[in-house]
Amino acid sequence: MIVVVGAGPAGIAAALRAQECGARVTVVDDNPAPGGQIWRGDSNVWLTRFRASGIPFIASARVITGDAQAQTLLVETPEGARKLTWDKLIIAAGSRELFLPFPGWTLPGVFGAGGLQALAKSGLSVADKTVVIGGTGPLLLAVAAYLRQHGAHVKLIAEQASPAGLAGFAKELLRNPNKLLQGVALARHIAGSPYVTNCWIESATGQGRLEAVTLRQGRRTWTERCDFAAIGYGLVPDNELATFLMNSPNVVIAGTGELNLAILEGEIAGFTVAGYPERALGLYGKREKAHRFATALQHTFALRHELKSLPRPDTIVCRCEDVTFGLLCEFPNSRAAKLHTRCGMGPCQGRICGPAAEFLFGWNPGSLRPPLFPAKIGSLMPATTE
Amino acid sequence: MDAQDHQYNIALPGTTIDALIVGAGIVGAACARELSLAGLKVTVCDESDVIGGGATAAGMGHLAVMDDSEAQFALTSYSQTLWHELSPQLPAEAEYLPCGSLWVAADAEEMEEVNRKFRFYSARAIRVELLDEQQIAEAEPNLRPGLSGGLLMCAASVCYPPCAAAFLMKRITFLPGRRVIAVSSDGVDFADGTRLAAGLTILATGTEITRLVPNAPVYPRKGHLLITDRYPGFLNHQLIELGYLKSAHSTESDSVAFNVQPRQTGQILIGSSRQYGTEDPATESHMLSRMLARAVEYMPGLTELSAIRTWTGFRAATPDKLPLIGPCESLNNVYLATGHEGLGIATSLATARLLADHILGRASAISLEPYLPGRRFAAHG
Ligand SMILES: Cc1cc2nc3c(=O)[nH]c(=O)nc-3n(C[C@H](O)[C@H](O)[C@H](O)COP(=O)(O)OP(=O)(O)OC[C@H]3O[C@@H](n4cnc5c(N)ncnc54)[C@H](O)[C@@H]3O)c2cc1C
Ligand SMILES: Cc1cc2nc3c(=O)[nH]c(=O)nc-3n(C[C@H](O)[C@H](O)[C@H](O)COP(=O)(O)OP(=O)(O)OC[C@H]3O[C@@H](n4cnc5c(N)ncnc54)[C@H](O)[C@@H]3O)c2cc1C
Repeated sequence: MIVVVGAGPAGIAAALRAQECGARVTVVDDNPAPGGQIWRGDSNVWLTRFRASGIPFIASARVITGDAQAQTLLVETPEGARKLTWDKLIIAAGSRELFLPFPGWTLPGVFGAGGLQALAKSGLSVADKTVVIGGTGPLLLAVAAYLRQHGAHVKLIAEQASPAGLAGFAKELLRNPNKLLQGVALARHIAGSPYVTNCWIESATGQGRLEAVTLRQGRRTWTERCDFAAIGYGLVPDNELATFLMNSPNVVIAGTGELNLAILEGEIAGFTVAGYPERALGLYGKREKAHRFATALQHTFALRHELKSLPRPDTIVCRCEDVTFGLLCEFPNSRAAKLHTRCGMGPCQGRICGPAAEFLFGWNPGSLRPPLFPAKIGSLMPATTE
Repeated sequence: MDAQDHQYNIALPGTTIDALIVGAGIVGAACARELSLAGLKVTVCDESDVIGGGATAAGMGHLAVMDDSEAQFALTSYSQTLWHELSPQLPAEAEYLPCGSLWVAADAEEMEEVNRKFRFYSARAIRVELLDEQQIAEAEPNLRPGLSGGLLMCAASVCYPPCAAAFLMKRITFLPGRRVIAVSSDGVDFADGTRLAAGLTILATGTEITRLVPNAPVYPRKGHLLITDRYPGFLNHQLIELGYLKSAHSTESDSVAFNVQPRQTGQILIGSSRQYGTEDPATESHMLSRMLARAVEYMPGLTELSAIRTWTGFRAATPDKLPLIGPCESLNNVYLATGHEGLGIATSLATARLLADHILGRASAISLEPYLPGRRFAAHG
């Protein structure tokens, strides 16, 4: 039995390819429907094929821990905990947004860019709302286009990268014509919203909720009133389970970040794990290319160091435990900070503040212990094995 | 960025030191404070760069009085008095919470033990209250119905040990990231090849003592803990089952006991397990399950609470369940302060006071005799 964790593009591609090879596959995901972050509620060839495939899909199922020796996963579902046994495990857990603290980032109305898009997809009305988008990378354009389509007034897109870097990226785009087409389509949707480079949101203000953001471009700072701010500084892989089970030879990790790369990695993992690695041969060249593109993206949209000086001493870094930047500055490493300020000790266990602290201070992420995600105590007691 | 002064001072090389304390756990921190208050020039070193990062970061921080033996009672009750005196000075982050603790009796046999404890403590002027079946249900509505009763230890409290240790270390010179590899009567050698001279050295290295004093009768005893999200009002007292005694006493097999603690944050800390013969710090799912199953037996409602973290720690156990406090037999000017098993947070202050009294030739409130490292240990089975 092959178990695939994650029903995003990589997980779906992996499951379908493995099934094509005749393997028995099950997919688990903590969302109610397949699609992951990007294909949430969408329809496309992969999703359609997946829905028709008959591959068992365990929905709303969070993998809370795994055992590399026993080759099991402990999964929490609304109906209770289940233990799944696997011969091969494909982890395609995707990624989450990187949040960088700045004054006011915890105000209601400030969202992750992907988060606001997901909320809009699941019903939050953005019609006639004024939105400022800030951060870095192509995701900002995709979010801007989506929000505009749904009636939002996107006042401005603040891209922290420099125009010189973007020019280099455009060259890379020319080598990937279909990316270029996507870009043109996006550009049509964002026309009318200024796209400002070398620019970032410095602070957010408001009485109890967001009312305005202050932007900076070089020496110039100015304020824009808005209802929502959508901030996207990139993605952090959800690698808890992968890290935890890394030592097992029967675990394969597939796809994070850029969409095409994720699909290709999923396909390769599916063929390989199902015992037909030769079927993946034709994909390696494409993966190489997708990988190059992803690397170019990363290079172009690398975070500038000025972002490290956005937090003020009273800016919260750890939201679960209300730990401020000023307090964290007194500690030499993440463990000392954790033990003495409770930074990262809350329900998110440093999933939000950990990557921020890594960026701000260069700290290592904390260690992992089961449960890898908050879980009911009842789920951690002997469960039936399937 | 370097730690700032109000955290701790960093030692200057070439200065002379009256007392060097090896180990910045709660015991070393308490010793440092005691000697420094007496006017000695004290330095603390630790192989890690965190204060209270060893067993002190793992322990439940239950400041309990226990009655295994008269000696254990003497040390724990003296220490509780010292915690009480210190508590007004403790910073908020030390999370000192005078919640009281409650021994839970499941049946008539355990109720007899509750009665014995009641007589024991009453006779020694410790504030205790007997609870019957109805009173214990009122005191802790989330306990399962039908328990026989319990004993409330009114003066018990809990704290957050790493921050308590940091408070004790305030204004004490700290040498982080320095592992001691050898000790002599005039100082220590560090792993980085440097030496440090000191008038006297206290080894407060917890379970690690046998690396420096190979024949010290100290064994690591592993424990698991789990903490929940915040549920204010779910639990009012530190609760311990009487069966805990069987668990704590067993010196061989692995055991678990119902032992839950309310945190000031509204979180619930769930213990505990005891294992010998392993030095692997991984959380073991079978021990965790056993421990949780035991807790749920007493508090069924726990199953629905969200667990956010598990971890393990190692207690420094000795054959007679008493710590090693006092001069090291084989080395002049070297003292031990270790072997506190599951009571090192509770007894840290008394340990430090007694050791300082001994070193400085002061009279002490209780006798050091039962804890001297040179005492005889009966062969243990
Ligand atoms: C009273 C009290 C309350 C607490 N409350 C909370 C809380 O609310 N939230 C919270 O998150 N924590 C809480 N903690 C626990 C604390 O954050 C640490 O988890 C604890 O100090 C144990 O650390 P650790 O070993 O888990 O991991 P770390 O402190 O990260 O690591 C310590 C060392 O343990 C070893 N280690 C770590 N993980 C593993 C592993 N998986 N397998 C093998 N070895 C490993 C490594 O050698 C590592 O260097 C509390 C602790 C106490 C004492
Ligand atoms: C699961 C569990 C629950 C517990 N519950 C409680 C409780 O409720 N109440 C209670 O009172 N106690 C409790 N304890 C016990 C308590 O945690 C310990 O007794 C106490 O923390 C011991 O403190 P310490 O300073 O002696 O040791 P540690 O905190 O381990 O400190 C020793 C320090 O010495 C350093 N060190 C070691 N060797 C060297 C070297 N060669 N060179 C330099 N530095 C060195 C280490 O890095 C470490 O920081 C519990 C323990 C566990 C594991």
